[in-house]
Amino acid sequence: MSDQLDELTLIDRPEKSRPLGVLFWVCVGWVGLNIVGAISANFLPLPDPLYQNYSAINVGPGLHHLLGTDDLGRDIFSRLVFGSRVSLAVGVGAMLIGFGLGAPLGMLAAYRRGRFDGIFTTFMYVLLAFPAIIATIAVLSFWTPRALVKIIVVIGLASVPLVYRVIRTATMGIATKDYVVAARIQGATDTRILLKELLPNVAPIGVSFLLIGIATVITLEGALAFLGLSVNPPTPSWGNMINESRTVLAQNPWLVIFPSLAMCLFLLCLNFIGDRLRSHFDVTEVKL
Amino acid sequence: MARYLTRRVVMLVGIVFVISVGAFYLIHLLPGDPAVVILGTGDSPQNRAILFKELGLNKPIWDQYFIWMRNVVHGNLGTSFISQTSVAGTIRAALPIDLELIVLSQILAFATAIPAAMRSARKPDGPLDRVLGATSFTLLSIPPFIIIVLLVLLVAIKLQIPHTGPSSYVSLTSDWLGNLESLALPAFTLAIASFVVYYRVLRSDLIATLQEEFITLARSKGLSSRRIMWRHAFRPSSVALLGTAGVNIGGLLASGFVVQYLLAIPGLGYTLIAAIAQSDYLLVQGIVLVVSVGVIVINFLFDFIINLVDPRISRE
Repeated sequence: MSDQLDELTLIDRPEKSRPLGVLFWVCVGWVGLNIVGAISANFLPLPDPLYQNYSAINVGPGLHHLLGTDDLGRDIFSRLVFGSRVSLAVGVGAMLIGFGLGAPLGMLAAYRRGRFDGIFTTFMYVLLAFPAIIATIAVLSFWTPRALVKIIVVIGLASVPLVYRVIRTATMGIATKDYVVAARIQGATDTRILLKELLPNVAPIGVSFLLIGIATVITLEGALAFLGLSVNPPTPSWGNMINESRTVLAQNPWLVIFPSLAMCLFLLCLNFIGDRLRSHFDVTEVKL
Repeated sequence: MARYLTRRVVMLVGIVFVISVGAFYLIHLLPGDPAVVILGTGDSPQNRAILFKELGLNKPIWDQYFIWMRNVVHGNLGTSFISQTSVAGTIRAALPIDLELIVLSQILAFATAIPAAMRSARKPDGPLDRVLGATSFTLLSIPPFIIIVLLVLLVAIKLQIPHTGPSSYVSLTSDWLGNLESLALPAFTLAIASFVVYYRVLRSDLIATLQEEFITLARSKGLSSRRIMWRHAFRPSSVALLGTAGVNIGGLLASGFVVQYLLAIPGLGYTLIAAIAQSDYLLVQGIVLVVSVGVIVINFLFDFIINLVDPRISRE
């Protein structure tokens, strides 16, 4: 069954690497814009995302409020920009934890093999069998009060087994290559082989999986926010905004359309960049 | 086969044990006295005495686990002190809705993904393949909770189709047609998420299988391409599909939670979120245990089916 999951993460690769293309750079630009916006939100000329203007409730998109206001008179555009911070923080933070723990272990296990590999791989496969999403919901619902850091830690830890497996599979393909064997015969230390020979070749696969991982985590945070298990309102996050729009769907559809668009576009770009990078660096070779 | 199955069963038991410890320990993740938390608004000296006796809270933690486990094995997941109902009973009432939702969505997903993948694989990079590829890639980036909200906006609010909006769930026993109507949007939402994954997995496997020599042989015998697809290519290509479907169940349940929450469909997901909101932790614990074990068992069943489809796997 594990091999099939690898199929999932490594499917749809073309035979030869294609140029990255215009669309790729458009996506990079959009993701970059989002990141800049999220970091510099405080310095941008935006209305306060928490300020409730009762004389402008459920206003449609217009000059005064670029994307309109919500049912409490808060500026939607401003909330979108500030809300992207939560998504980005959770996505990047959780993946940093996942890669920080999973990637070194995966590389080491694939390079060393033997008992170390056996024990870790069995352990990780047992963890992988655990339904991660349900475990995340369970832990977050019990571990009160909820905070951004806890969400990052829980999702990050839940992603470790998957990262471990992807990196281990990728490293195994490289660890048997001639140049690695040659380096070993020359008497290179394990640290040197891991850092100088293996890491540069695993990194491209790691990066493309990282991007897709961030997109997955952002989706998960959105689902948690939708269920009311993410950061507490009134802090804006894309998921929170979609969740709050539930009750006023009929009166103000913009309230759900804008955060949904923001989230989907961002995810689409991340997935596209990750997918393109993967086919560009041609993962096929690694699997052979 | 027998050896393979034994190994899987041992692993299954091990994982279920780990899950039971995890679910048991959840209560102790809560800050403060577990008794106070479990009792919640039902905190009274009588209830407290019952709880201490039932859970053995004044005993060491391993004894508590064994007491809890003995109850669980006997089908007793405790009594919620907040709603005064048995946790097992609440779960038994909600579970069929989740099962119905999953079955409906999977029928929809397989019925669309298999023909679509076959069409795509017949002419890779052809116009149809490109359109389907781009569509599935886009759909991959739209989370289920957005799909369901947009569908409700369109179908229930703009088009005013009955039984599709929030809080309009009709039970199967009272009106089966209304029941299907009220589950149409949720099932469709879950089906989209599954379709994307199944289509992509089956397509790439079919393309690989169609390069094999036995397909060339079948072609040179003059068999129709429909027959080659279904009789020769489909079975060897379906292993990854089945594996993915098994793994997908966990995510499917979680997406099911989201759609139930929006539409107030009283399945496990809705019950779980309501229980979290009311701090009804015994009910949360029970649902987590049942769902996790259910997912593991379903995974196991899929593994078994894969072995029937491709017996080579257990001989590796």
